[in-house]
Formats: sequence, structure tokens, C-alpha cells
Amino acid sequence: MEFKQLKNIVEAALLAADHPLTADQLLKLFEDDIKVPAKDDVIKAIAELEEDCAERGYELKKIASGYRYQTRVEIQEWVSRLRVEKVPRYSRAFMETLALVVYRQPITRAEIEDVRGVSISSSIFKVLLEREWIKIIGHKEVPGRPAMYGTTKKFLDYFNMEALNELPSLADIKDLDQVHPELAFMDVEEQKAAEAPVQLEVIEGGIETETRH
Amino acid sequence: MTEKQPNPVSEDAPQAQQNEMPFAMVHGEPVTVPPQDLYIPPDALEVFLDAFEGPLDLLLYLIKRQNLDILTLPIANITQQYIEYIGLMEDIRLELAAEYLVMAAMLAEIKSRMLLPRPVEEGQEDDPRAELIRRLQEYERFKKAAEDIDEIPRVERDVLEINVMQTEVVVEEKLPQVELKDLMHALQQVLRRSQMYAAHEIKKETLSLRDRMTQVLSSLAVDDFVEFSSLFTVAEGRDGVIITFTAILELLKDRMIEIVQSEMFAPIYIKPAGQVVEGEVLEDGVTDGI
Repeated sequence: MEFKQLKNIVEAALLAADHPLTADQLLKLFEDDIKVPAKDDVIKAIAELEEDCAERGYELKKIASGYRYQTRVEIQEWVSRLRVEKVPRYSRAFMETLALVVYRQPITRAEIEDVRGVSISSSIFKVLLEREWIKIIGHKEVPGRPAMYGTTKKFLDYFNMEALNELPSLADIKDLDQVHPELAFMDVEEQKAAEAPVQLEVIEGGIETETRH
Repeated sequence: MTEKQPNPVSEDAPQAQQNEMPFAMVHGEPVTVPPQDLYIPPDALEVFLDAFEGPLDLLLYLIKRQNLDILTLPIANITQQYIEYIGLMEDIRLELAAEYLVMAAMLAEIKSRMLLPRPVEEGQEDDPRAELIRRLQEYERFKKAAEDIDEIPRVERDVLEINVMQTEVVVEEKLPQVELKDLMHALQQVLRRSQMYAAHEIKKETLSLRDRMTQVLSSLAVDDFVEFSSLFTVAEGRDGVIITFTAILELLKDRMIEIVQSEMFAPIYIKPAGQVVEGEVLEDGVTDGI
């Protein structure tokens, strides 16, 4: 098969499919052909199609479940005016719960509640499970065998990612003990200021007095 | 209550304005600019009640509003503010208060432990605030992580999947209303077509040309001088007239008959070919001409 035709078939298949397609799924299209194209050629075709989109309002993007054509983020402002209904917004509680599942999976509901310091409404889990962004990936071997949650490919697809490592990394935790080692890299003036947290009792006392006024 | 509470972390102010006389020293750091948003009147919080995602969130908010580092957590100060706010929240939302009350109790406990003298060897590692600080930081990172995830471009909001419309999806086809006149029209067309079919049917000719030629010849055999118009049977109609005329023309072509006229506008006579009648044929020459 000519490469040009292969490229056209790959393009059309990606457009016609209602879900992302992997290179292997694309290769399956040629299963019954006399001469099956090499996987490398399929990948090359995808790469060329990707390049072809460079100047366009859409792109060919690789996400967890494969490749898909999608509109570009930069022009969404205008494209979104086509739709009548508003895109759902998610509450902070919802996003924080999701963030905990994402970064701490597998995680139980109790563990999430522990970090957030507040109980989570069932509707949040219901929506997360319904949208198939999270799923139960096992049960923790503790009394009650609570379900442990993890993220799904659908979550990655929805958030435009191929793998979890594309996520921004978590902020570091500063420890009281770590304050001292950090001082070595500061100049004297900053050091003075930074030392302050160590003199806890003194500050506490001062504020105590003030607040009583 | 905290209006005079100096701000330990006032951004770049100390560096930028080092020559000015600091009006306070906080944590050994000169402060020259009064902190902007130190005091939040409890009433102001009513608006934000919905915005807090639990006691840790509220605590974080209180700390951030004072530009304090979590690590320097001034327990007494924060505890007092915290209790004031949950008192307000209790008025409005009782069901929320339970978790907030636990935190209030915890704050009070930490505060009381800090007031108690501790054995020297314990040191800062056993800071009673350590656990709370750890939880606050832990919560803060996930609060940040949630914001980060919210920023990631996502389907629906930021990108749209592109699909070519699939034809099998389009199922519902609206059928037009059939009216009586349409039905009549259809019937008319069927009838028209059936008529055309009938017209093409090959029928045996009722009036045969050969047959008519024989008739003409036989009438000449009886009376070998016949007037043209008497050969026609008007009752046969147009078709009969035409077939007779055609028969006469055929016979003429085959030179079986001859046509004779005595003068202009006189009756035309038909006679069998080859018979000379009283010499008049030669006179006007009409016969030969045909």
C-alpha cells in the first residue's frame, strides 16, 4: 500500500472513530489486507498528520487511550460560543478530592477526609465514579475493608494527558526540622529573619499579651 | 484585636526600603510598611462561609490573611480568631460546626500545652503544634494540587474532540404527510403508464392494405371503369378512407391501374392498366403522367 493512502486511512479512521485510537487499533484496520503495513509506517503516518495540523485550529493529540483530533486550547474561547449549555464547573471540594485520588492513589475515602479535615459528601464520589474518572482498585486490608480509589484512563483522556507524570508535581512539605539546614544557604540578614520560627515561645508570648489588650 | 500585630513576612518591603526607620521588629526583621489586610471583621466572613472547605481551609485562610508562615503558626492569636469565626458559622450552619469544633478543641489543647513548662531535653521536636502544622501543610499542598489540576486543559471546557458525523447515527427521518391529491396524482400516473402499455400492444390490423388492394382491383374487374370517389366507403371512417387511398397509390405504383380525368375538375376515374378507352386517354395524356 502506498504510504499516502495509508496516511489518508489513518486520518479518516481517527476522524470517524468516536473514541481515541491507538497505533495497534489502527493497525488492525489492515488485518485482512494482503499486505499489512508495518507498525512503524502507521506511527510515521500519525507523526506526519500531527505535523500537518501545525497551522490549523485543531491538533492530533496523544492521550492515554490513544490518538484523537481535538480543537486547540487557544481558540476554545470562540469555539465554545457554539454551545448553548454551559460546561459544568466543579467545586473546590470536588477538585480537592480528585487531587487526593490523583496524587495519593490508591487511597481510601477516610484517608481523603483525614487530609481535608472534613467529611466528603457522597455526591462527589458518585460523580467521580459516574464520570469514570476514578474507580475502585481494591480494598484496604484493615477493619471494614474500605475501598481504595485510583484514577482511570478516562480521567487522563479528559484532562488531556497521556500519563500521570504530566501532572504538575506536588508542592514540597517544609518541616520544622528542615528549617535549620536551609539556613546554610542564606545570607546573614535573611538568616536572622528565618531563625525567628525557632523562637516559638517568645513570639507566642508576645502575641498572647497583645491579644489580651 | 490584631490590628497592631506586626507582619513578619511583608514581601519585599524590608529590602526595598531599608533606609526608612522600621516601626517594628518582627522575628528580628524590620517592618516599615504596615501590613495591608491584617484584620478581618467577623461579619466579613459571612460572605465566605461557603468558600471554606473545612476547618483546615479556614485555618489556612486565617494564617494567609495575616501573611504568616504556616511554620510560625501563632497558636493563641489564630485560636482566638478561629473560635470567633466558628461561633459565627454556628449561628448560620449548625451541621458544619462539628468538624470545626473538633479543630477548636485541638487548637485549645495545643495552646494549653504550649503554656506549660516543658523539660529541657524535649526541645522543638516535640512542638505541640507539629502535628497541626503538618496537617495544614499537607492540606495546603492538595489545595494547590486541586488548583493545578483545575488549570489543566480539559475536554469540554478547553478542547473538543473532533469526530466526523457518523451516518448511522442519523436515524430519524421525517416522513412527509400523504394527501389525497398526491394519491390521485399517483393513480393518474399509473393509469397513464398502463395506457402507454396498451398503445404498444400489437394488434392485428383490422384494415389490411393488401386486402383493400384486392377489393379495388376486384371492383375494377366487375366494371372496368370506376369513379375514384366510389371506391371509398365513408362508413369505415378516416382509417378506412386512408387505407383505400393507400391501396390505390400502391396499385398505381405497381402499374396495376391507371387514373383518368377527362378535363380539369371533372370526376377522376380508375381503370385497369393497359386498357385503351375510346382514344381520349391519348388526347389529354393524363393517364401516362401518373
